[in-house]
Amino acid sequence: MLIEALSLQLGYNATLVTIGAGLLGAAAGAVGTFLFLGKRALVSDAVSHATLPGIALAFLAMVALGGDGRALPGLLLGAAVSAGAGLLCISWLTARTRLAEDAAIGAVLSVFFGAGVVLLTVIQTLGAGRQAGLETFLLGATAGMLRADALVIAVGGGLILVSALVLRRPMLMVAFDPGYATAQGMNVRQIELAMMALAMAITVVGLKIVGLILIVALLIIPPAAARFWTDRAGGVIALAGLIGAVSGYGGAAISATAPGLPTGPVIVLLAAGLFALSFLVAPRRGVLAVGLRRRKVRP
Amino acid sequence: MMGAEFVSLSLTPMVIGTLAAMACALPGNFLLLRRQALIGDAISHVVLPGIVVAFLLTGVVAAGPMMLGAGAAALIAVLLIEVIRRLGGIEPGAAMGVVFTTIFAGGVLLLELSDTSNVHLDVQHALYGNLESLIWLDATGWASLVDATALQGLPPELPRMAAVLAGMAALTALLWRPLKLSTFDEGFAQTLGLPVRGIGLLLVVMAAIAAVAAFDAVGSIIVIAMFICPPAAARLMTNRLERQVWWSLGFSALCAVLGYVLAGYGPIWLGGAHAVSAAGMIATVSGVLLGLTAVFGPYRTKV
Repeated sequence: MLIEALSLQLGYNATLVTIGAGLLGAAAGAVGTFLFLGKRALVSDAVSHATLPGIALAFLAMVALGGDGRALPGLLLGAAVSAGAGLLCISWLTARTRLAEDAAIGAVLSVFFGAGVVLLTVIQTLGAGRQAGLETFLLGATAGMLRADALVIAVGGGLILVSALVLRRPMLMVAFDPGYATAQGMNVRQIELAMMALAMAITVVGLKIVGLILIVALLIIPPAAARFWTDRAGGVIALAGLIGAVSGYGGAAISATAPGLPTGPVIVLLAAGLFALSFLVAPRRGVLAVGLRRRKVRP
Repeated sequence: MMGAEFVSLSLTPMVIGTLAAMACALPGNFLLLRRQALIGDAISHVVLPGIVVAFLLTGVVAAGPMMLGAGAAALIAVLLIEVIRRLGGIEPGAAMGVVFTTIFAGGVLLLELSDTSNVHLDVQHALYGNLESLIWLDATGWASLVDATALQGLPPELPRMAAVLAGMAALTALLWRPLKLSTFDEGFAQTLGLPVRGIGLLLVVMAAIAAVAAFDAVGSIIVIAMFICPPAAARLMTNRLERQVWWSLGFSALCAVLGYVLAGYGPIWLGGAHAVSAAGMIATVSGVLLGLTAVFGPYRTKV
């Protein structure tokens, strides 16, 4: 069964979801590298939690307009808008007040999520006949996914991956040294904005598969694991993309083999396994290698 | 609104919510100033796996083992973050992100794979809590507050949360000077011979106790919001730590009461029939409060 899932023989939809998860993982690993190298990994946590009120509002708006509240493109648009609002709040709080970025992240994360939960209860009380199933966005669910939805995810993941590769040089420079980038005549604000927009796009596209609580793992764990193997920035991007792709593809395939296996957590645990492996056995920076070196130095 | 029904249905959840909010805001003040505000976020994510493991080991849904499990999970998470940060040379934010997402994913997977359908244990419950269900059925009116037999029927979360808040306040008062010194000037505190790392660890343990106790009663949204929003708002109101702590306690109580009232009665005032999530509304109110202080607070700008 697992072999069949990994070799894409479980039907058209499962295949599309597996490929989509692989592309999403690759894109998330590459985009996450810029955030990781710029030490802003947890901003994405606030962004992903901030999607919830947008999803709920989009559902309400589509129902009010007489449409199907569950149409994925509409929900993802709502998610993107409210995630953008969350990002604006973070940058406004850190620029205008004396609060540090971590406080702004935590505040936006909890407040937006709380507002989203309030809206979810509003939707629940609108009538049991329209059970929205919006809760699946919390942890992701691939079972019963529509073909069009899977296509949106696969195409979205591919587009983000391509944009990240195109923009990698300016984004790396800004992540490493914003001051130097400014001196080189780059528009640092615009590039930072592009970086955040890509992270936001990952979050939004990944909502359906991984869910908004765990999507941040795909942005953080692959680059953190890749960093153990190489010191070259280009190498970290490539390796993080590979680790993300393997986790996404493998996780989606494994979870397709049994009905009770939730996709998001399996993908995250696979990535965590690769991280643990890198942490232990990577040459030079891995814990074992460092330990051995210390023993050799000691007479 | 203030009759017998209020006492039995709304008073206890409101009081429990207030106590929980204050218990989280108190250590939140120090975490905020030490730039560790997101520790509360990390802890509340790992509480669910701890509870699931405790349930799988004991087979019962009881407060004692679950809180032990949650506490253990919080400690393991904090240790893992330190190990990855120090041995792996990874910046704290990313180390935290790696650890709490992994443990949370493990918890969700365990929950899905094990048979917990007959007990009230799911992800939604963990996130939103069950504040509205903490009612006091034995109360018949305000007179019940002095009636010993009615008081016996109080939800157990109330005395538990009160004890945690009292313990938290006592510890803060007792260790005020070392806490303050090591928060503002770690180097100076070290030269005075204070156990700086011990104090840092104690603060994290205090936060974990507050988070675990509050989580059981009110869910993790309130925990994360109350760790950060009231202290952050208080920080924009004053320059003195003493006053900041008092402001944050006042703010957290205000958020809890106002949030609960708005969630319970707001929709009815607007013509609706159903209450909305109190936990979500309390977090929302705290955000509005933070927004107001960020615009009008006397000490809002960078010095």
